[in-house]
Amino acid sequence: MNIELLTLSEIVDVAGQAGNFTVTVKKNPRYIDMDKCIACGICAQRCPKKVDDEFNMGIAKRKAAYIPYGQTVPLKYVIDPVNCLYFTKGKCRACEKFCPTGAVNFEDKEEILDFSVGSLILSPGFKPYDPSGLDFYGYGKIPDVVTSMEYERMLSAGGPFQGHLEKRSDGRAPKSIAWIQCVGSRNTNQCENGYCSSVCCMYAMKQALITETHIAGGGEQTIFMMDLRAHGKEFERYHQYALEHNVRFVRARPHTIDPGPGNSGVSMRYVTEDGRTMKEDFDMAVLSVGMEASDDARRLAEKTGISLNHYQFAQTSSFKPAASTREGIFIGGAFGGPLNIPTAVAQASSAAAEAARGLASSKNSLTREKKYPAETNIAGKEPRIGVFVCSCGVNISSTVDVEAVVEYTKSLPNVVFVENNMFSCSTDTQQMMAKAVAENELNRIVVAACSPRTHEPLFQDTLKEAGLNGYLLEMANIRNHNAWVHQKEPEKATQKAMDQVRMAVAKARMVQPLDKLQVDVIQKALVVGGGPAGLSAALGLADQGYETVLVEKTGQLGGNALNIRKTAKGEDVGPALREMIRNVEANQRIRVLKNARLTSVNGIVGSFSSDVEAEGKTEHIEYGAAILATGGRETVPEQYLYGTDSRVMTHLEFDRELADHAGRVKQANTAVFIQCVGSRNEKRNYCSRICCTHTAKSAIELKEQNPDMNVYVLYRDIRTYGAKEDFYTKARKLGVKFIRYDPKDNDPEVYQEDAGLKVRVTDPILGLPVVIDTDYLVLAAAIEANEVSDLLSLFRCDTNQDGFLNEAHPKLRPVDLAVDGLFMAGMAAYPKMIEGSVSQARAAVSRAGVILSRNRMYLDAVKSYVTEQCDGCAVCLDVCPYDAISLTEETIDGRSVKKVSTEAALCKGCGLCEATCPKQGIQVHSFTNNQLRAQVRAALDLPN
Amino acid sequence: MSESFEPKIIGFLCNWCAYAGGDLAGVMRIQYPPNLRAIRVMCSGMVHPEVVVEALCNGADGVIVMG
Repeated sequence: MNIELLTLSEIVDVAGQAGNFTVTVKKNPRYIDMDKCIACGICAQRCPKKVDDEFNMGIAKRKAAYIPYGQTVPLKYVIDPVNCLYFTKGKCRACEKFCPTGAVNFEDKEEILDFSVGSLILSPGFKPYDPSGLDFYGYGKIPDVVTSMEYERMLSAGGPFQGHLEKRSDGRAPKSIAWIQCVGSRNTNQCENGYCSSVCCMYAMKQALITETHIAGGGEQTIFMMDLRAHGKEFERYHQYALEHNVRFVRARPHTIDPGPGNSGVSMRYVTEDGRTMKEDFDMAVLSVGMEASDDARRLAEKTGISLNHYQFAQTSSFKPAASTREGIFIGGAFGGPLNIPTAVAQASSAAAEAARGLASSKNSLTREKKYPAETNIAGKEPRIGVFVCSCGVNISSTVDVEAVVEYTKSLPNVVFVENNMFSCSTDTQQMMAKAVAENELNRIVVAACSPRTHEPLFQDTLKEAGLNGYLLEMANIRNHNAWVHQKEPEKATQKAMDQVRMAVAKARMVQPLDKLQVDVIQKALVVGGGPAGLSAALGLADQGYETVLVEKTGQLGGNALNIRKTAKGEDVGPALREMIRNVEANQRIRVLKNARLTSVNGIVGSFSSDVEAEGKTEHIEYGAAILATGGRETVPEQYLYGTDSRVMTHLEFDRELADHAGRVKQANTAVFIQCVGSRNEKRNYCSRICCTHTAKSAIELKEQNPDMNVYVLYRDIRTYGAKEDFYTKARKLGVKFIRYDPKDNDPEVYQEDAGLKVRVTDPILGLPVVIDTDYLVLAAAIEANEVSDLLSLFRCDTNQDGFLNEAHPKLRPVDLAVDGLFMAGMAAYPKMIEGSVSQARAAVSRAGVILSRNRMYLDAVKSYVTEQCDGCAVCLDVCPYDAISLTEETIDGRSVKKVSTEAALCKGCGLCEATCPKQGIQVHSFTNNQLRAQVRAALDLPN
Repeated sequence: MSESFEPKIIGFLCNWCAYAGGDLAGVMRIQYPPNLRAIRVMCSGMVHPEVVVEALCNGADGVIVMG
C-alpha cells in the first residue's frame, strides 16, 4: 500500500537537492489497462507476431503482446509497439478483439509525471557481456557455443526446452560440456573490463552440477579457469562438492574454439600451466560471461548527475558504500560493481537505510494504513458458507464447466450461497461479495478461483471489509492447478474442480477466526560489538531516531580497524574511524557500555530485555531489535616458522612494520607472501576472502617504495574479486612474482640456513624448485569469527560449522538471523573488508528499522498451539527448529502435571511439532490434523 | 486392471515450493494428468504420518508429500 510501482518508466530529470528532489519520470504506454488485465494470456495467444524472447536470451520466441516471464510483477501483459503489427503495419488488433476484459487500449499515451521525494535509490542492474566480438570463440557462428545466460535458460525447467538439454546444432543431448571462465572479465585486450565479475566461478559450478542431473549418466563437465574464485560463505565446500561430483577444473584460458565435425560440438585448443598445447573436443562450450554496466545505467547516471568509476559502475567510497557522488542519491545492487544476490540484497537494504536517514524528520507522515469495520462475532454459530466460483474470463470456464460446479456446490453441507463470477477479483465483484456476506449472514467464504499464494491477501481483505475475520477464507485453486493444466480433458477437469471445491468447503467448515499476535514495540535498539560494523550500525540507528545501547567487550571502540591503516580503495582508516568513534560517543541517542557483556536475554521481537554487566555494575536494558556485530580476528599461524623467526609475520604485524619501520622495510632485498595460511584447510574449510587483496596492496606498496625489491606471492588462487582485480594487475605490472602452490603437491617449505630465512617452493610453470632467500615472510593468516557462543545461546541463535552467524535465508534475508528481531553485521557473519562491514551494518539498520519504526506490530496468526491432549512427553521440543516450545510443570491437586507451551512470537507455523506429536497435543492453526483429514476425506468423497 | 482406472492421488504440497511450482506449471500451461488432489500445507514437515496412512486406508491410490 505504501509502494507505487511505475513500470515502463524512465527518469528524465532530477532537480533540487537532498531532502527535496523533484523527479521527472516518463511513463511509456503499456497499451493494456492494468486495472482490467487479469493476466489470462489470451492477447499473447492471439497475437500473430513472433519476436525473439529477451528473457530466454533469444532462444525462444515471444509475441508482441507478452509478459517477460511467468513471475513478472505486476503480472500484467504489455504490447511492444516496436513489433506490434497494428503499430507497424496499421492493422490486426487481434488482442483487442479477444481480450475478455477489454483491457487493450491502443490509444494509451506516454505520460510525464513529477514526484517530490527526499531521497533516491538507483538500482538499474547490469548487462551480461556480449561475446560476439571475440571471433576466436566462434560465438554466433558455431551453434554449440552458447553464453552462460543462454545455457541458464536451456537448463531451466521453465525455459524454452523445459530443462531437457539439447545441442543447438543437431538437437541431440550433449554428453561433454566445457565452461570457459572470465569471458569479458579480467580482460583488457578485447574489452575494457579489467575487473573480476565475482559471480561466474560459482555459477559455472552450479551449472555444471545441475547439468549432471540433466544428462543421462551424468555427462562430463569441465571448467576452464585462471583462478577459482570461491570467496563467499560456504563456497569452498561447494567447490569440494563439485570435485566430488567429478567436475573437472583445468587451469587454462582456451585460446581457440573451432566447430566440431559436421558443425556439431566444438574443438577447443588451450595451453596447460606447464606449457603443453592441448586439443580437446566437447559437445558444447559455455562462455561464462561477466557483468558490465548497461547503457541504460550510464544514461541514468547522466540524468541523475552522479559520477561513474573507470569501469562505468557508480562511484562509491568505503565508509559510505551506498552513497553516490550526489547527496541524497544512493546506489543499490550491481550498479556499484559486480556482486552476487545476497550482497545485492544486503546492499539494497543499506541504501534503504541511507535513504531513510535523510527522511527521518518526516517519518510516518505519508504512510497509509487501511481501516476496517468491527469484526462480526461468529462464536458458536453454525457455519454458513458462501462459495464464489470464478470463470476468470474464459480461463477457467473454457475448460471447467463452471455452471456444473456451481450446481454441484449447492448440494454441499453448510453451503448457503453459491455464485459464479466472471472475475472474482474485480472491484465490483468484491463489493458484491461483501453484500452477499451481509444479506446471507455468511460466516465462512470459499473462493474457487486462482492461487491463494497470489490472491489470498486480496480476498482476506474483502472478508475484513465485510466485517469477517480474514482467516475464515478458504480457496480452491481451480485455475493454476486445474483449468490451465488440464486443457484437453474438460470433463475430468470439471470433476476435479468439484472435488477441489468439496475439499475447500470441508476445511472451511472447520476454520476459526484468528487474531494476529500483537506486540507493543520498544522503539530502542541494542548493538553488540564496537568495531566498524557496530559503530556504523549504532550511528545509523541513532540517525533514524532510535535510542541505542552499544555494548563493547573491551575498553576501546574501533575493533580490528584500529590496526588497519588504509582501506582496499586506499582511503586512510585512522581519521575516518576516529570520526566514527567521536560521532558515536557524542551522539545523545547512543549510550556506549565498554568492558561490558550481556548476562541475560528475555522476550521476543519488538520487546526484548537484557541485563548488561559493565565495569562491575549490572544494568537492565530494553529494546525492540538487536544487531550482533561481534567481529572476527586474525588467527595465529602454526606453521612456516611463525613465532620462531621474527622475520615471519602476519598481515597485521607487517602493516605495523610498514608504519613503524618504513626505512628498514625499504632496505629489504626480498619479501615473500604466503596466502591461505590456516584457511581453506580441514580446520577452517573456507576462504578468508580479504587476504589476497591485502597481499596485493602490500606488495604494490613495497614495489612502489623500492622497485628493485624482489617480491613473491605464493598463492593457491588469487581472489581479488570485483574491481580489486586492479591491484593484482598492478602488482604484476610492477614485477611482483606470483607462484602458485597446492598444499598437497608443493606446499612451500620455510627454513633457516646460515642465519638466512629461506622459502622453497616448486614453480608449476617451470616445473622446478625455487629457493628464495627472504628478509620478510608475510603470512596471510586466516580470519575467524570471535568466540561468542555464550551470547548466541542467550539469543538462541546459531552459527554455521565455521563459526559464522547463520542467516535466516542465505540469499533473500542475508542480514537477518533466524530469530526474529535479530540482525548481523561485519566479520561475525563472514570475513569482509571495512566497506562490506559498513554496508552490512547499514543493511541491518534498515532491517531493524522495519520493526522499530512502528509502535505496535502484528505477527501472522498461523502458529502452533497446545491442546488438552498434551501430556508433556516433549518429543516436539527436539524437532522445533525455532526453539519455540518449552516444557512446563505445574502442580494441580497435589499432582505434578507436565505440558508443553509455545512462544507464539518464535513459532513460524511450520508444524513439525504437529507431525511429531503422537496424540494431537500440539497443532497449527488453520492446518490442524483434523482439517487436513477433512480435506483428505472430502477428496475421497467420504462424509466428514 | 481396466484401462479406465484413474488413480486418485492425495498431494500435500508445501506452500513455499511445491505449491508454488504447481502455480507456475499453470502459468506455463504445462499439461499433466488430472489425478492429483492437492492439499496446501505450510511445510511438508507438518504432515502427520497418521494422516498419510489414513488417506491410504480410506481409498487413496497414492499419497505424495512434496516439499
